[in-house]
This record gives sequence, structure tokens and C-alpha cells, in this order.
Amino acid sequence: MDPLLLFIYIFLFPGFLFLFAYALTFEYLDRRIAARMQHRVGPPFFQPFADLIKVLGKEVIDPDGVDRRIFDAAPLIALAAVMTAYLYIPIVGISPLAFEGDLVLVLYLLALPTILLFVLGWLSRNIFSAVGGVRAVTQLFIYEVPFFLALLAPALMAGTWSISGIMVWQQQHLWCLFLQPIGFVVALIGLQAKLERTPFDIPEAETEIVAGPWTELTGRRLALMHLARDASLVCGSALVAALFLGGPQVPWVISPAWLGWIVGFILFLVKTLAVLLILSSIKVATGRIRIDQLNRIGWKYITSAAIVQVAIVLAMNYWWVRA
Amino acid sequence: MTEVIIPIGPQHPALKEPVNFRVVADGEKIVRLELDLSYNHRGIEKAAEQRDFIRVLPLLERVCGICSHSHTTAFAKGIEEIMQLEIPPRAQYIRTIIAELERIHSHLLWLGVAGHEIGFNTLFMWTWRDREAVQDTLEEMSGNRVHYGMNEVGGVRCDLTPAQVRAALARLPLLEERVQKYVGMVNEEETMLLRFRGVGKMTKQEALAYGAVGPTARASGVACDARHEDPYLVYAEIPWEVVTDTHGDVYGRTCVRIGEIQESTKIVRYCLEHLPEGNIRVATPKTAPTGECLSRYEAPRGELVHFIRTNGTDKVERIDIRTPTLANWTSVAMCLTGQNIADIPVIVAAIDPCLSCTSRITVIDDREKKKNAITFDELRERSRARWHAEERS
Repeated sequence: MDPLLLFIYIFLFPGFLFLFAYALTFEYLDRRIAARMQHRVGPPFFQPFADLIKVLGKEVIDPDGVDRRIFDAAPLIALAAVMTAYLYIPIVGISPLAFEGDLVLVLYLLALPTILLFVLGWLSRNIFSAVGGVRAVTQLFIYEVPFFLALLAPALMAGTWSISGIMVWQQQHLWCLFLQPIGFVVALIGLQAKLERTPFDIPEAETEIVAGPWTELTGRRLALMHLARDASLVCGSALVAALFLGGPQVPWVISPAWLGWIVGFILFLVKTLAVLLILSSIKVATGRIRIDQLNRIGWKYITSAAIVQVAIVLAMNYWWVRA
Repeated sequence: MTEVIIPIGPQHPALKEPVNFRVVADGEKIVRLELDLSYNHRGIEKAAEQRDFIRVLPLLERVCGICSHSHTTAFAKGIEEIMQLEIPPRAQYIRTIIAELERIHSHLLWLGVAGHEIGFNTLFMWTWRDREAVQDTLEEMSGNRVHYGMNEVGGVRCDLTPAQVRAALARLPLLEERVQKYVGMVNEEETMLLRFRGVGKMTKQEALAYGAVGPTARASGVACDARHEDPYLVYAEIPWEVVTDTHGDVYGRTCVRIGEIQESTKIVRYCLEHLPEGNIRVATPKTAPTGECLSRYEAPRGELVHFIRTNGTDKVERIDIRTPTLANWTSVAMCLTGQNIADIPVIVAAIDPCLSCTSRITVIDDREKKKNAITFDELRERSRARWHAEERS
């Protein structure tokens, strides 16, 4: 790929600049959808942008006895991990950086913010943060297994470990949503838990432990961590859209190529927004469950469902897909 | 994790008012907890002794923002008993209507707060929206949304016009429909069932032993209700039932409160339809004879008790207010032991605590082992000194 084009792809469109704008728009839409369902007005469009700029400019307060360098670095690493993951997810057609195995890389990069939240909570020297951090990592162990299983099932079926490859396979066959409905549901639940949204906002349960690991974050640390989470919402939705809903690919050839890209981009927007709508509806329709209840439900039902889905995929591979 | 001490309050997102729990937790399980009350002593009882009966009612109304009518009714009822006044039936009906509307809006508010404590903000937004219908009715009747100022010693301040009665009746069907919806949500919404069932359990024996009152006790199967045991206003002559439940947990307390909303709606409808004609107040003497009275009143949160002693002047010699929250605190401490940290907010909220109404005595600093308690006479001296200083300035 032309270095200039690659530069534009990574930094401008559909790279980081678009990611930030879309992430904040996502936050706006999420809040707006929730507000309308709750019979409220909701924030104006520029609210997440204004909040980001405002919080970025606020004073950074160091809690007593905290290792400042790690405290400064953690939000940056979280944001960087999500931004890197984003580059491998197809936005307009196949990602130019795609390689065999990028799915595994993306999954681990998206797990990084949660680990960093735990680190932040543990370092904060604040009891609410510590409890929240422990909860965050406990929750990670519960949802990560079914989430990984559900997202690896399309890879098993397509016979490739590349997100773009799986997308191309779906273009030739059928959306994984129809082939693996159980996996799709598990992936959405896992995504909701990964993003710590109700009913899985256990690590930052406002009424119980103030803001969990976020309690001691101020100024740019808070702003960057917040941006990292909004960006993971986009990445997660785009990942689910790519693996289960065919991503930005159209089943037929559109010429000229630029028109195909535009159609693909519109498809990407529609599909990610559809995923967001489902996630927001879950958020509005439920209360927060307890960590012990999540443990029970997660291992008993969600993981079992994911394993059943993998078994079905293996059986389908044997008799139908590979046959 | 080893045992940790988690401080909750006096400032904490789950608490809208100051109280301090020091929760000793083993991981997520509560081992024991220490309760520290009275961060907000306001000296209302003392101030009430300095005002005559006309000026004491607005003061007592401000003990609590939610059950403002409860405090004035309890006081007016007690003083009227000492003065041996007979209140006209129309005034009694109007007092009952306001009291039951207050119960409806208090319980709707509670339901929203309970939803908020388990992170179910949709329920919070919806109940608070529907509560507006009740608030609007109260505003139409009294001119105020929070402190209605309806009570006077000897009757009520303003009459209900036929238009107001019609408007109030017109709002009731919508309210009933919405409450029916909440009954469905409480019984079917999965996350609410997970968080409410079996949480903060209290048996009937425990409820009796710890002296719980109101919906907290009724949810454990204790059919105590001052409106039934010691009928006042018009509760003896109108049809209504005491709502009880046998679950004994937060779910049971929710069921009792929702049942009471439905029961109160019926009472309001009955009273509005059977509003007798006549005067709304009687002439009252300026002073009350020497006497004592214990006035019981069923506030939305439970039984409210006003002890009033008069000495032949136009002021009370002593008024002592026992709010329902004070009666329910010990049961909360009992309910919380062995529960999950995550359940603290919802168990505390389940008694519908009103902390500032409860604060009575100054601080005892347990951490430094300094018992800084002062006797009642000292407190009296202190408040008196402040009062006189203010008088002079």
C-alpha cells in the first residue's frame, strides 16, 4: 500500500480521527437512546465532545502515595491498545493491515483496558477503587471465556484467523448471525460485560462503591480512560458486526471501487448502530446483578451456551462446510 | 481479600443524607457493621418549644420533606386531643386525602430509589415521572408541592372546590394503570427479582424483637398499622385494608409498598367521592390546658409518634418526635450481617430511611474512644443559650 494512503488510513480516515469522532458520537447516541427510553430528553449532540475537552483541561490530582508514572501511563496504554485493535477491524472493505491471526491480537488488545482498570484500582490506595478493581478482574474471568469462544466460532467455521478473512467467507456463504445464533447472543452479552454496562456495571456500581476503579481518576487520566471506553464500544460493535453480520462487505460487486467503499462504509455504520441499539436496550431494560450471581449465570449458562455453539460449529464443519 | 473496612457515608452516592456505616467485609461478604447516626442535629424539638401553636406547625412540617403532612397531622391531632376539640368531618376527610396522596408519592419515590440502588435507572425515571401526577394534585389542592401547609390546629387551611375534586379524580385512573405496570415489573423483571428476593431477610419474630414499624414490619407479616390499631381521622369509617406480606425480604417490602399505593388510591377515591359538606375548621382557644398526649400516626415510612406535653400556655412544654426511621435502624443493622457488600444500598433503602428527621443527640466519637455524650439538660442549656443570643441580636 502507498505510504501516504497508509498514513491517511491509520491517522485520518477510517483511522484514529474518525475513531474518536465516531466513539463520541456513539456515546451521544447511547445516552440519547437510553434517555428517550426512560422518558427523558437526553444530552445535546456536542455533550460528549464538550465533556472530553472540559475534563482534559481539568486539574490532575494525585492521591497520596500513588505511583504517578503508572497512574499517568495506564489510561494512555488502554487507549493505545483499543486504537491498535481498531486498525485490524474492517471499516471500509478489508483492512490493509490484516494478517492471519489478527482476531487473536484484537481480542487480547481489547482485554487490556480491563486489566489496566484493575491496576488503576489497586494503585489508587482507595478502598472503593480496590474493591472495584477486584470486581473488574473477577468479572473478566467470567465473561472473557464465553466471549472468546463465541468470537472464535466464526473463525473455526471460516477456517481462518483473520477478521477480514472471516468477513470474506461470510460474503461467499452466509452471515454467521444465521449460522451461529447462539454465538451471536453470547457475543453480545460478553460485549456488554466487557464494556461494564448494566446489568454488568458491577465494577463501578455507583451506589455501592462510588465509581470503582474510576474513583481517583481526574483530569486527562479520566478523559483518556473515558475515551478508551467509548472507543472500545465502537471496536466491540464493529468486531461483532464484522464477525456475525458480514461487516462492510456487499455480496455483489459494485463498480467503480470508490462507490463500493462508500456502500461498505454505510453498511458499517448501519450494522454498528444496530449493535449499539441492542446494547443500549439491554442497558435500559435491566438492573445491576451481583458479582456472585454473575459468576453463577456466567459459568452455568453463558459459557455452556458458548461451548454448545463451538460443538455445533465443529459438527457443521465436519458434515457441511468442509464436505 | 482479607478483612477490610469499607466506610460508607457520611457522604456517599447511595445515601442522600448523612449517616456512617463502617462495614467490616471479608471479600464481598459483610462480617459486621458499625452504625454512626446523627450527623445532622437540627434542634427542631427545642425550637418548637419556643413557638406558639400557630407558628409551630410550619416548623414541624419541615422536619421532613416527604412526610411533611404526617408531622403536622400528628401534632395537630395531639393538641386537639388535649384541647378536647371536635374537628369537622370535612376537615378530617381533607386531611385523609392529603395524607394518602402523600403516602402514594412517598412510595413511588421509594420504588424509584430502590430501582436506582440496584442500577435500574429506568424504573427510577418512570416512577418519578408518574409521581408528578400526585404532586400536581397536591399542588392544585394546597398550592404547594412539598410543604402543603394544609393543617391548622382545629381543621385545615383551605377547602377543596368541586373542580379540584374532579381534577384529582381524573388523575387516578392513569396512576392506577401505571402502578399495575410496576406490579408486573416487580414480579417479572429478572434482574429485580435477582436483587430483591431473599435479600435482607427478617422473620416475624425478628421484626417484633427489633421493633420494626411500617412497611418494613408488615413485609415480615406483622400487621401493625396505626391507622388500624388506633384509628384516627376517618380511617375507622372508610373501607380499607392493612397490606401485609410474608416474604420478609426487600421483595416483600416492595410488594407491601406497591400494595399500599393501590390501597391509598382507593382511599383517596372514596374520600373524594364521599366528601361531606360543612366547615373546614373550628375556632380554637389560644392556649391549651395542662396535659400530656401521645399522638400516633401512620406515616408512609411507618408509625410516627409525637409526645406532647402542655402547661396551660400557648406553647408546648415538651415535644418529642419519634420518627419511623429511628425504629427501623436496628433491624437494618441486623439484616445486613452476612449479606453481600453489593446489597448494602438496597437493604438500607428498603426501610426508606429519612436520616435528618431522625437525628436527635450530639456525636459520640467512638474512634478516639471519647464519649462526648452530653446530658439532656446540657443540651437544653446549650440550645437555650443560642436561642437567647439570637433573640438579643
